[in-house]
Amino acid sequence: MKRAMGYCLVTITSLFLLTSCNLVVFNPKGQVATDERDLIILATGLMLLVVVPVIVMMFVFAYRYRATNKKARYSPRWASSHKIEAVVWGVPLLIIIVLGWVTWETTHALDPYRPLESDTPPINVQVVATDWKWLFIYPDLGIASVNELALPVHTPVSFTVTSDAAMTSFFIPALGGQIYAMAGMQTKLHLIANETGEFRGIAANYNGPGFSDMHFTTLSLSTADFQTWVTKVKGAATSLDHSTYAQLAKPTLKHPVTYYSAVQERLFLDIVDKYEGMNKANKPRRSPLSDAAQRTDQHPSLLAEER
Amino acid sequence: MFGKLSWDAIPTTEPIVMYTLAIVGLMGVALVGSITWKRKWGYLWREWFTSVDHKKIGCMYIIVALVMLLRGFSDAIMMRTQQAMAASGGPGYLPPEHYDQIFTAHGVIMIFFMAMPFVVGLMNIVVPLQIGARDVAYPFLNALSFWLFVVGAALVNISLGVGEFARTGWVAYPPLSELGYSPGVGVDYYIWSLQISGIGTLLTGVNFFVTILKMRTEGMTLFKMPVFTWNALCTSVLILAAFPILTATLLMLTLDRYLGMHFFTNEAGGNPMMYVNLIWAWGHPEVYILILPAFGVFSEIAATFSSKRLFGYVSLVWATIAITVLSFIVWLHHFFTMGAGGNVNAFFGIMTMIIAVPTGVKIFTWLFTMYRGRVRFETPMLWTLGFIVTFSIGGMTGVLLAVPGADFLLHNSLFLIAHFHNVIIGGAVFGYMAGLTYWFPKAFGFRLNDKLGRIAFWCWLVGFYFAFMPSYVLGFMGMTRRLNHFDNPEWRPWLLLELVGVAIILCGVAAQALQLFVSIRNRHQYRDLTGDPWDGRTLEWATASPPPLYNFAEQPKVNDLDAYWGMKERGVSTLSHTDYRSIHMPRNTASGLVISLFALVCSFALVWHIWWMAAFGLVASVVAFVVRSYDEDTDYFVPAQEVARIETARLKDLAEA
Repeated sequence: MKRAMGYCLVTITSLFLLTSCNLVVFNPKGQVATDERDLIILATGLMLLVVVPVIVMMFVFAYRYRATNKKARYSPRWASSHKIEAVVWGVPLLIIIVLGWVTWETTHALDPYRPLESDTPPINVQVVATDWKWLFIYPDLGIASVNELALPVHTPVSFTVTSDAAMTSFFIPALGGQIYAMAGMQTKLHLIANETGEFRGIAANYNGPGFSDMHFTTLSLSTADFQTWVTKVKGAATSLDHSTYAQLAKPTLKHPVTYYSAVQERLFLDIVDKYEGMNKANKPRRSPLSDAAQRTDQHPSLLAEER
Repeated sequence: MFGKLSWDAIPTTEPIVMYTLAIVGLMGVALVGSITWKRKWGYLWREWFTSVDHKKIGCMYIIVALVMLLRGFSDAIMMRTQQAMAASGGPGYLPPEHYDQIFTAHGVIMIFFMAMPFVVGLMNIVVPLQIGARDVAYPFLNALSFWLFVVGAALVNISLGVGEFARTGWVAYPPLSELGYSPGVGVDYYIWSLQISGIGTLLTGVNFFVTILKMRTEGMTLFKMPVFTWNALCTSVLILAAFPILTATLLMLTLDRYLGMHFFTNEAGGNPMMYVNLIWAWGHPEVYILILPAFGVFSEIAATFSSKRLFGYVSLVWATIAITVLSFIVWLHHFFTMGAGGNVNAFFGIMTMIIAVPTGVKIFTWLFTMYRGRVRFETPMLWTLGFIVTFSIGGMTGVLLAVPGADFLLHNSLFLIAHFHNVIIGGAVFGYMAGLTYWFPKAFGFRLNDKLGRIAFWCWLVGFYFAFMPSYVLGFMGMTRRLNHFDNPEWRPWLLLELVGVAIILCGVAAQALQLFVSIRNRHQYRDLTGDPWDGRTLEWATASPPPLYNFAEQPKVNDLDAYWGMKERGVSTLSHTDYRSIHMPRNTASGLVISLFALVCSFALVWHIWWMAAFGLVASVVAFVVRSYDEDTDYFVPAQEVARIETARLKDLAEA
């Protein structure tokens, strides 16, 4: 019986170890994600210094001072000790001072707004979250894609992120931390891929019924492959202007990967501006898209249509 | 005539909802039928519904909390089943529009209608007894708070059968919760249920703040107060400071939705980030409102079952005060990923970590309370030991999430879900269960069945680890929260493991239900005549179980921290044998129930835009309140002979015991 249980345990454990090779957080493909993973390990290690003794002490004290153990010392009035109190305040405090210092340093070093240091010049990508798909505009290349993000490897990427619907979060776990996408505002995120490959990108903040299908593929490509990809996109039939964008922005589920061979100038800023939000990206003129903003008053219940 | 309300509001096309309604309806009919059959309506009305007795109100709070625990737990089972089924790209059995309501309802119910009433219920039963008072400072207000809270709970449950609940997540971030993205009545149910019950909670905060500061018995200085009462005081301060923020925030969302304003909309200068800040400026202190009373429970239990003074009482009190203050300056850690600069993120991260210091001190305090004690492993102590281990792990992952650089990777993932269930179940809920087992004999005069209590504890503990440790792993695997379906077979084994965990917790819940049933059936066998079944240390154990309506025939004098322990040691009797005096007590009233009933009418009408009915409900509840204000017959004296009769009966019981 014991043996059978043992086998069972071994099987289950190995099964889980096999599947858990894909712990994306511990298997980063970008510098930012690597630094963030190291930080997770360091912080956890620091805290284990106090958490492990606490758990051990609990078992030791509970066992040693069990009521049936009459040999253990019993001091019903003993209730304070300056030495012990100094330790129980001091040790956690010391750990938190160290961790606080680590936090101060790393929060600045890993600030998503901070450009990455690299000899390679960065590539700019403007990200728009709409219901329920991701639009990527490459302003320097004049192209755009939906639900597929291609990046040249070893090149810093500077993302500017906004939303044209509810708030969500732009997240490629393999490359590094996330940033919120909010309408009328721009947030920034800097990432870099250290390896080529395909990584999953997700919406990491619930934003309505299409949320679960709002993911995209990140292609980290060699320079040559990236050029091929750009050429492919440039050969696409449609271009992205205000009217094609308005069509695209309508709520859809599982939107197929789409390429746009050209992008109307300032489209991203117009998307930001139509909400007249706080961060006016484009002060002088009124956004041509602002009338489209009114559409949210009659947000069609997409799923009702589908069913 | 009926606003947006029509027969279409009843979700007849949703078989799951309709079956649930049918079962709930049958159970309701059975309950009403059996009460009528046994002719108990008069008794219920006189002794419970109109009662202003803090002990009875406390019991009613906990009864509602337990019922809502079943509802919230059913939601949890449905979500876990859905995720386990839909892990390989299939749709599962719950479409997003239903699933999204379930996770929203689960969060709202567990926080507002399970944890909050449990906290308030325990405070109600215990605090006045611990400070040697006859009742709370404002007994009528207490009843009103309870019935307003019931209105909130009722609204959430009505939404199941009439209309829908919010599909926004439990904090209802705009712009998703604005009219543009959530045109249905779900968010309106959310707003009004929280608004009405929130007002009830605020009144509770006022009540206990005044009760603890003004109604302590002679000799009980602040630093001789039992630790649970200290935690209740800090909780009241948190409620007083935090709940108005919730009220104001919900009001602004209401104005957006009802009057077309733009506080939090995407358009016209609205700013959703403001809502996110405000809701967490309330939401983080709320977390401590849930956990501080649990800390208080553990402190009482650790001392009682170690038969020893609590270690480092002064340290513990200051740690509690420190947590109370600090909890107001950490809210931003809920959204490091919103794009605030490094300085802001680092500040809030470090502030959050600093809270870990007083919390750590508390844990050491409980450990050193066991040190050189005589530890009895009764069920409340088991919950405490389970808590120490589980909460230490949850605290550690919490501090990890407070490091912004780490949070960027873990935010909104199942790691976060694992963390807060780790501290809320392993911290708060374990505390409530411990408190329930510990004080049940005080409230009802008989113990709970011990064996089933132990089974329940082990099921909860083991089930918890199975249900939530895999979530940490899934977080590391990049699984984000609130997913309805996904195509990632690697997640599946872990999700199945979680489902096993939920099944084990279900056994625990079943054991608890059976425990209540068996204990009530065999109550004569479990009877405790002493009023002090655990060899307690604080004043609540000095009186009878259940305590007489006036708690203490003569208010005890206190000159020690462990007041009752000291009396027992010195052989001082808490009973005066002669010379009983008449006792001034508040009179029962139906006003709280009536006012709340009209508030229910008003809020239901507001949800459905039935303006005439809303106006009627509002006016009627205000009129009922005014009528109550002019009622001068709100108190009476329990005659000395009656006190003598009750106390003589108690003496007879004690002699038997």
